[in-house]
Amino acid sequence: MRQLKLQDLYQGFRNPQTIQALALQIQQKATQLAQPLRIMEVCGGHTHTIMKYGLNQLLPDNIEFIHGPGCPVCIMPKERIDQAISLAQMDNTILLTLGDMIRVPGSKSNLARERAKGFDIRALYSPVDVLQIAQENPDKKVIFFAIGFETTTPMTVAVIEKALALTLDNLYFHINHVLVPPAVDGILSDAQCQINALIGPSHVSVISGAKIYQPLVDLYQLPIVVSGFEPVDVMQSILMIIQQVIAQQTVGQKATVEIQYSRAVTWEGNQKAQQLINDYLEPRSHFRWRGLGDIPLSGLQLKAEYSAIDAEKVFADQLSNEPIDDHKLCICGDILKGLSKPQDCKVFGRGCDPSRPLGSCMVSSEGACNAYYRYAEVSLPKSRKSSVEKSAKLAKSERVSV
Amino acid sequence: MKIIELSHGGGGAETQQLIQQLFYKYFGNEILLKAEDAAVLSIEGQVAFTTDSFTVSPLFFKGGDIGKLAVVGTVNDLAMVGAEPLYLSCGFMIEEGLPFSSLKKIVQSMAKELLNCGAKIVCGDTKVVPRGAVDQLFINTSGIGQIKSLPNAMPSAHNLQVGDAIIVSRDIGRHGAVILAARESLNLQSDLESDCTVLWPAVKALIEAGIECHALRDATRGGLAALLNEWAETSQVCLEIEEGKIPLCEPVQGLCELLGFDAYDFANEGTFAISLPAEQVATALEVLQQFEFCVNAAEIGRVSDFQPGLVVLQTPWGSQRVLELPKGELLPRIC
Amino acid sequence: MCLSIPSKITHIESATIATVDTMGVQRQVSLDLMAEPVSIGDYVLIHIGFAMTKMDEIAALESLELYQEMIDLMDAESSQTLGV
Repeated sequence: MRQLKLQDLYQGFRNPQTIQALALQIQQKATQLAQPLRIMEVCGGHTHTIMKYGLNQLLPDNIEFIHGPGCPVCIMPKERIDQAISLAQMDNTILLTLGDMIRVPGSKSNLARERAKGFDIRALYSPVDVLQIAQENPDKKVIFFAIGFETTTPMTVAVIEKALALTLDNLYFHINHVLVPPAVDGILSDAQCQINALIGPSHVSVISGAKIYQPLVDLYQLPIVVSGFEPVDVMQSILMIIQQVIAQQTVGQKATVEIQYSRAVTWEGNQKAQQLINDYLEPRSHFRWRGLGDIPLSGLQLKAEYSAIDAEKVFADQLSNEPIDDHKLCICGDILKGLSKPQDCKVFGRGCDPSRPLGSCMVSSEGACNAYYRYAEVSLPKSRKSSVEKSAKLAKSERVSV
Repeated sequence: MKIIELSHGGGGAETQQLIQQLFYKYFGNEILLKAEDAAVLSIEGQVAFTTDSFTVSPLFFKGGDIGKLAVVGTVNDLAMVGAEPLYLSCGFMIEEGLPFSSLKKIVQSMAKELLNCGAKIVCGDTKVVPRGAVDQLFINTSGIGQIKSLPNAMPSAHNLQVGDAIIVSRDIGRHGAVILAARESLNLQSDLESDCTVLWPAVKALIEAGIECHALRDATRGGLAALLNEWAETSQVCLEIEEGKIPLCEPVQGLCELLGFDAYDFANEGTFAISLPAEQVATALEVLQQFEFCVNAAEIGRVSDFQPGLVVLQTPWGSQRVLELPKGELLPRIC
Repeated sequence: MCLSIPSKITHIESATIATVDTMGVQRQVSLDLMAEPVSIGDYVLIHIGFAMTKMDEIAALESLELYQEMIDLMDAESSQTLGV
């Protein structure tokens, strides 16, 4: 076997011929499907890949994507964004968070606007920086507004551990980490939900292992493929889903969790990271998800023995927990379950757009409504429509053999 | 003098000292040294005039500094309408406390670029403002150039023709990537250098070779995405771009992967695009590739009437999407 | 979800810090979450300043080989239909 180069891990999984070969196989095998396949890609990163590389344009008509909750930022309910703003507005306070959070709208404002007003709000690339900022500003309250799915949680906890070791008495954490499987369960449990296959978040699984999806397969009997984020990964995952469904149709084979992203994901995951999380955090009984509502055991909080650094407890008198709902015409919940499409929403493009999002599906660039609004498929005149087969043949004749 | 003080902007003895020791010494030419209230110039034919202000932070970056940018930026704007850069004005707004050595390095850098492109600074102004009023140093340059493109053949954003080919002069996104990587909070290191460079020699060569440049534009803030969108909108045409053909160097790609950005959105300071008749592409590329800053010039797409006003990106496997104008500040993606 | 990208370890500063290179851009990353030690030349997946796991190079190469077989099969089939 030859040596692996770093570019192989990028371009090797973006190879046009591979994508064409997979698209052809998908088209051929999809003719055997008894029912339309409605695949939810849960993760915003997968939505981004599908949109950026136009993968939905390569699929036959009986396969469609239902775009999932998007990302940990866009499912943040307004009242929690308002909490971040309240914290930032306290005297002598520095509020720190990760990049995307700065733009998400709360009920009246967002962190970027508050920063422009003069409050000390900083977007970090890495939570490691909170330690230095706290040390350099001993007379200020430094609060890290922590967000993210399972992928990001261990990084916050690693920083918490260091903060405690350094006995920093001016550093606090506002924990908004959430869990994927309960949210997916919340979506699938609706009897009207149309989803019959999942592309599973995989960087989540790098930490938690692919095993976390087994209960969903057991309960709902649908294929779940844990996919990488390059276009080849997603296309191969779709093919694996189709193969599972055909096996179920023909020989009654049960649905399973499969790992497509074998170069990074294992069944067990990163046990050191899992242990670290369990040492400091515990599940919350409930957490509200924008668009999906209250989902039991879907979020994390600091354990009671760490109350001294828990911003939700220390600054409780500054924070309101009043739930703030989205606009009553917003149908994000239905869109997330595959019951409606963005175009079905009365306010889609009429009052709700990427610059003024009313609901979670429009907030993030990976939300379904945002993706539809911005990447509206450019319609080709019939004579110029290049079928996958035509371009595959063309590509072959043009290809120089290496 | 060690640092610039408020008195250096007062108009008195200290100001004269600064002008003599620095600006006249390095920018000196017969017009500037006349030291009149205004420069008196004679120019034949059509004249191009532009202005730009420069506020980059950090002042010094790999491949250049704010001074180099201030000359290159304005001179390139002139080149993009087919004008040979002749005369520049230069206004400095200096925060008190700026080290004299920094200002001297910047002025020397400007002098070097002026020599490169043959233009002269013929008038200027200096203000020194209290701490905090500007971020170290802001520079404004205005430029006058002589139109060298043939009459009725001036490049214009209104002139893209259906059937034209689009060429980009080099790999995109370098300047923006360098400035981003220099952002202290990101803690990134790289040898990547800005593409900041004078473009007039390449434009001159294209004109002399008889290439019909229907449109010329340098990609600055907003990157290639902004440039292509402005063209599509102004000429009401569709730009169909093949993603796989856009030149990109590895470190810019690496930065984009790390932070979740698109190189199309990154600023450039020495990269330009041409809309020209398709049959002239081969000759144009030959002309461009003799310049070190255009060695990977490439044809990246065509102008059509498919979806007027839009820029459509084609992937190598037959799918497509719309390339939009970048919006908001560039924030690293975590998802 | 969660932008994480493969990078190559070029220097190991300590048990908990390493330098990685992504196509010519270098950054220090924390090794706090890595259960196993890393070596120079390893490919790791990094997310917001931390290494999360080592890339399984053999799995990656096997995937790439599988894709090449698919491409060869596609070419063979299209040659047949074209009568080439």
